[in-house]
Amino acid sequence: MASKVLKTFTLKYLQVLDENGKCDARLMPKLSPRQLVELYGLMVLARRFDEKALSLQRQGRIGTYASVLGQEAAQVGAAFALRGSDWVFPTYRESALLIARNQPMARLLQYFGGDERGSIPPKGVNNFPIAIPVGTQGLHAVGAAIAATIQKKKTVAVGCLGDGASSEGDMNEAFNFAGVFKAPVIFLCQNNQWAISVPIKQQTAAETIAQKAIAFGFEGIRVDGNDVLAVYSATAAAVKKAYTGKGPTLIECYTYRLNNHTTSDDASKYRSEAEVAAWKKKDPVARMRKFLEGKKIWNMKKEEELLAKADRQVSAAAAEYEATPKADAGDIFRYQYEEMPGFLRQQMDDYKKLTEGN
Amino acid sequence: MNLVQAVNSGLKCAMADDEKVVVLGEDVGLDGGVFRACEGLLKQFGPKRVMDTPLAESGIIGVSAGMAVAGLKPVPEIQFSGFLYMALGQLINHVSRIRNRSRGAFTCPVIIRTPYGGGIRALEHHSESMEAIYVHTPGLKVVIPSSPYDAKGLLISAINGNDPVVFMEPSRLYRAIREEVPDGSYTIPLGKAKVVKEGNAVTVISWGSMLQQAKLALKHTDVDVELIDLRTLKPLDVEAIISSVKKTGRCIIVQEAPRTGGLASEIIALINEQALLSLKAPVSRVAGFDTAFPLYKLEDYYLPGTERIINAIEATVNY
Ligand SMILES: Cc1ncc(C[n+]2csc(CCOP(=O)(O)OP(=O)(O)O)c2C)c(N)n1
Ligand SMILES: [Mg+2]
Repeated sequence: MASKVLKTFTLKYLQVLDENGKCDARLMPKLSPRQLVELYGLMVLARRFDEKALSLQRQGRIGTYASVLGQEAAQVGAAFALRGSDWVFPTYRESALLIARNQPMARLLQYFGGDERGSIPPKGVNNFPIAIPVGTQGLHAVGAAIAATIQKKKTVAVGCLGDGASSEGDMNEAFNFAGVFKAPVIFLCQNNQWAISVPIKQQTAAETIAQKAIAFGFEGIRVDGNDVLAVYSATAAAVKKAYTGKGPTLIECYTYRLNNHTTSDDASKYRSEAEVAAWKKKDPVARMRKFLEGKKIWNMKKEEELLAKADRQVSAAAAEYEATPKADAGDIFRYQYEEMPGFLRQQMDDYKKLTEGN
Repeated sequence: MNLVQAVNSGLKCAMADDEKVVVLGEDVGLDGGVFRACEGLLKQFGPKRVMDTPLAESGIIGVSAGMAVAGLKPVPEIQFSGFLYMALGQLINHVSRIRNRSRGAFTCPVIIRTPYGGGIRALEHHSESMEAIYVHTPGLKVVIPSSPYDAKGLLISAINGNDPVVFMEPSRLYRAIREEVPDGSYTIPLGKAKVVKEGNAVTVISWGSMLQQAKLALKHTDVDVELIDLRTLKPLDVEAIISSVKKTGRCIIVQEAPRTGGLASEIIALINEQALLSLKAPVSRVAGFDTAFPLYKLEDYYLPGTERIINAIEATVNY
């Protein structure tokens, strides 16, 4: 007989840049000045895109949109550690990640503008279509990761999730499969503190989401999600682990959703201005800019050039989106099966006859 | 009141009348539900009876089953019907079967409210009309109101009963129509259709948001249509359907759901069994296509509109 402590656990936290853009040199990932500037540029571009998307939504030119404001570092930092051949399985709040993964911004607008063609990835880039059902695509990531091991490919799969998604049964099944099969998968969790109106404290009794990985037998880590260097560093380490057969990692990016849940939501109903204001001070983009300025590789002139360039790119994307003609009715029938069965063709033809007849 | 206010009022009445009634779901507390159907419930009834749950539909329905078996009347809200699929195991394997499995020793009165249907420019999975899945499931009742007044009375009836009900609310109609709705409690029995307009030339049967489309279509045709709102999809009001079809000899069913295996197919089978010899024309369907519900830019292609309904009415009377 015995009564003893069988297990205790420890959990790592990583922050490279503090809120004022001061960095801990010992933790600094190996990135060239050019790469550092590139990371910053992607965050700025994502933010400009986000602003544009919100404004297009207000004008009724796209539909419901989920802003990434405040979460740019978590997404850009992770994407920067991946290759095009790696998989990502995004949620609806992944504009920054997808932009950093070369998904054309015009297609992102097209998707939120209610057109499936926006989900088509660029050639050679494994960007899976956005999954709207929360917490469901983690399993797909695990499947793609297991496939990579069977096919002997050096590929990692990233499954995105929010704090809310960590409650779904599917998500927990994904964690378990990942652990059991030692799959080369990364669960990229953006804990932005809210799932629509439900705060993280009501979502889980666990203190962190990262620690859930431990129960499933693999490593979890919490990083400052507003620190692009910490997110990059943790992801790069997890990628290396995955490539070398050492299994899954859950990265919890501790961050904050600065905007409403989506354009259909009004967050003032359920959270305080003061809370939002406190998080605005931890802005991931400003933090990185201060860091670059401190390193003397950034200045006003470069900033202005960058903003102007980002605006040009975003405007060009919006123009391309607006110039894209609406698909014909056949588009909703054409992709249901490899070959269109007779009954479906009949439905399509009848519809065309009716609508073209007048 | 509009439809969502009527649902809200129905919930308030039911909760005030019966302490056993509890509401649970995602964002139903402070936020009042994403469509505001649960507005004010938390304030009035407190967090023990109005529970913001973790984000987990299977959890919500499974926990509701346990609550119901133990004597509560849970009224879970599933934020969009496209997410009820996450809970199909709990719903079909347990909620619908507990009474039968225990030979009546246990009951499982879970009343699942969920918005359904297209026409709201929403993201994927927010526009589904998959009522046939629930109609097909033994042990479930299925209700779809098309007006504020009916919504409230049917909801209170559903909550008063002792069987599980899938109560689907047409989100497109939440704020589209207003009518006089009493503040107090009243009931409309489940299983009773409503003749919205009497007529002799052709019976048009519909429910939910398509009922309103059919009503609109009537404004554009002189045909003497009898319009029936099913209101309850299971159990179906077979008598109302058959007696109307025997009178008119013609019938069209309008459903938003995909065509194959939808409720219209079942209604046609019933007519075939019980009123075939009264028919003057084949019974026809105006339905959604056998396609995934498209993202919003293409939803007009998918959604049956007045044009397709009028076309069917004319084809049927001119047969
Ligand atoms: C299965 C499922 N249930 C409910 C919803 C509705 N819904 C959309 S987003 C959301 C909250 C998600 O929170 P979280 O996972 O933290 O991600 P965030 O939106 O904060 O990025 C909910 C409940 C959904 N899309 N899918
Ligand atoms: Mg969240």
